[in-house]
Amino acid sequence: MDTKEHECGRAEARRCIRGHSYYYSEKLAPSAQNFGARASGPLCASDKAKWHGLGTAPGAISGPEARAPLKGGSAALGPFVVVLLVLLALFLPCSAEAAKIGEITDTTIREQVLRFLTFRDPAVRYAVAGSVLLGISCGLLGSFLVVRKMALVGDALSHAVLPGVALGFLWKITKDPVAIFIGATLAGLLGTIVVSLIQQTTRLKEDTALGMVLAAFFAVGICLVTMLQRLPTGNKSGIDKFLFGQAAAISAADVWLMAVITALTIAAIVVFYKEFLVTSFDAGFARSAGFPTRLIHYGLMLLLAFAVVIALQAVGVVLVSAMLITPAAAAYLLTDRMSRMLWLAAIFGMFAGVVGSFFSFLGNNLPTGPFMVLGATTVFGFAFLFGPRHGVVVRWWRHRSRARRVQRENTLKSIYHVLEDRAFKGEGVSLRELAERRRETVEEARAQVNELHRHGLATLHEEGNSIFVTPPGWQLACGIVRNHRLWELYLTRAAQIAPDHVHEDAEKIEHVLGDEVVRELEKRLDYATTDPHGRAIPGIADLRAAAEPARGPGSLAGFIRKP
Amino acid sequence: MNLPPASPDLPAASPPLEIHDLTVSYQKKPVLWGIDLAVPRGKLVGIVGPNGAGKSTLIKAVMGLLPLNSGWVKIFGEPYKKNLTRVGYVPQRESVDWDFPVSVMDVVLMGRYGHLGLIKRPGRRDRDIARDCLDKVKMLPYANRQIANLSGGQQQRVFLARALAQESDLYFMDEPFSGVDAATESAIIALLNELKDKGKTLLVVHHDLPTARNYFDMLLLLNMRVVAFGPTEEVFTYDLLQKTYGGRLTILSEVAEAVRLKS
Repeated sequence: MDTKEHECGRAEARRCIRGHSYYYSEKLAPSAQNFGARASGPLCASDKAKWHGLGTAPGAISGPEARAPLKGGSAALGPFVVVLLVLLALFLPCSAEAAKIGEITDTTIREQVLRFLTFRDPAVRYAVAGSVLLGISCGLLGSFLVVRKMALVGDALSHAVLPGVALGFLWKITKDPVAIFIGATLAGLLGTIVVSLIQQTTRLKEDTALGMVLAAFFAVGICLVTMLQRLPTGNKSGIDKFLFGQAAAISAADVWLMAVITALTIAAIVVFYKEFLVTSFDAGFARSAGFPTRLIHYGLMLLLAFAVVIALQAVGVVLVSAMLITPAAAAYLLTDRMSRMLWLAAIFGMFAGVVGSFFSFLGNNLPTGPFMVLGATTVFGFAFLFGPRHGVVVRWWRHRSRARRVQRENTLKSIYHVLEDRAFKGEGVSLRELAERRRETVEEARAQVNELHRHGLATLHEEGNSIFVTPPGWQLACGIVRNHRLWELYLTRAAQIAPDHVHEDAEKIEHVLGDEVVRELEKRLDYATTDPHGRAIPGIADLRAAAEPARGPGSLAGFIRKP
Repeated sequence: MNLPPASPDLPAASPPLEIHDLTVSYQKKPVLWGIDLAVPRGKLVGIVGPNGAGKSTLIKAVMGLLPLNSGWVKIFGEPYKKNLTRVGYVPQRESVDWDFPVSVMDVVLMGRYGHLGLIKRPGRRDRDIARDCLDKVKMLPYANRQIANLSGGQQQRVFLARALAQESDLYFMDEPFSGVDAATESAIIALLNELKDKGKTLLVVHHDLPTARNYFDMLLLLNMRVVAFGPTEEVFTYDLLQKTYGGRLTILSEVAEAVRLKS
């Protein structure tokens, strides 16, 4: 990478920022406070040098990623490369079309959407690139926070950085990303050190220490920020943006820093995945095997502090912890493998970041943080409701369809019982017979039979009063009755339970016995043909009869009809 | 003893585990006090003692998981750090979060991590070893399941498979029989005996006195200090057990029961 060019890009960026704060202090028309206005003038003039300097930033990430497939093998890093290409594409077009201030004052939502989606605007490009980067690093590190049960630590850390931000600001008197980065990281680490100091020297537990330190550091931060805003130079300096976040305030230099930190995070996780995994799962075992668990913990905390600090400007101190935890929590609900969880969390983080900056842009630079967090929470909500394995809606649906299946099987069983009582003679079962058997009204019985009809298990004939089962329906009915009676027999024989105690249990088990278990039961019961109550257990012959009702035992043809 | 030497390059004289004047305390209250111990090779050693006797603490202190107040520990005649890969560890089952998003295979592969050192990822050979170990504890069909859905006995088997994958010469196991079903218990004890027959040394924290007599070659009776250490038939006596367990009535009756069964 050409350092000279690089330097040039940074210097340019810094100049732009100064220009920008200047602009703010001069003109405070709220309608003009959007991405375009911010990026006008100084940014366009130096476009080329800047794109050049920045174009290298995503490239820096691709390094460790490109290596990763060779190293890990298991985790395909394809999607990350795609993201990086998109990021790169954001920077390549040098369409210096930033709108003039005058044009922005009365923009419609549609125009805003267009401006956002076409990435014409450099400021939009910065905001999106920054959001994507912070989403990745927060998602990845947040995953480890969640599995290590350290979510509160993330919260405390993010609040503890505020005094550092203010001091970093005071140091250079401008929004110098590096100064703020150093100040915030130091403050964050100081916060965690104070927490462990309180834990080690007193009887107080971690949550109490975290709660206290979080509030104390935040209070100091608020005082400093308020003081800063009263300074003549600090006025409208943009420091207040650190509270609730403003993606529009992300400058080229910020994106550069974010790219470096994200690259560092990805590299660390790719290289030390094994170490992070084993120390997170079983720290004692990891130490016994010689892994420096404490060092790895501090390394993780340092990366975490970095991630918090780069996310600060866009998300804000108050909500940045949610960007760590929520995407990771959503990913945790959706998968049970750490590698997949990392992927999902990074993707959710990116999504939340972009959504947040988009809505903030639409609303003329509303604070970005809340929108990002709402985006992440929406993802979590979807995972909570529709997650394939643990989702609430999915579980409810699964439960409902199981209940319906049991209902159908019970109806078929009742039809079987009616037929059995008349020794399988005669024609179809009438609705009244079924209703009496099931102790239901005729209408309820009709609804049940209609349900069977929908599944191709039975049909209603002769003005809707005679039920005929279809061949599959007959098979299912025989199967359920066989399961029931086999189980009853098994309980009385193997578990010595009295015959009048086994019915209830068999009522439940008949619906869940698998083919293998049934075969095993038959074998163990020496292929018995009668249940403990003396009734016949339907066998293979009865099942086969369904396939050819016409040719089977004469009686069967009466009530089995093909649909 | 006709055992193949576990590592011919080391002098036979250095025992797998040697502890001298080991003292460990939690916040100035000693938990272990002046422990001296030399465990011979190829033995299955049970560590028994009442709750709070320092059984787990002893294991953890030996492996350097806890700071020592005094004393030293030698593994095969050298400091622990020099023989990391020769020591295998089965922590208490409750010490980890079984909802953690890893598969059974992932956990067993962790047994290989010590051999790999930093950065290097497990390769095909490691996977083969892990698969063999899973097979030995009859958990191979579960290799790709998430650990959350395992029963207590299955969890313990997974931990055991991980320890097997460590291919160590000295094993520390913290209550491997707690909360497992009878089938798993007998499977585990068979496996431990198999390891012993290969010349490995095993130290097992155990809390059930009556079975301790049948399971172990040697017993370490521990209650803050070493009450007794020796072959099971010599150490498993009413007097020594009473000394270990003190005046706890319920335990005493258990001890009396266990001793009566013996004679």
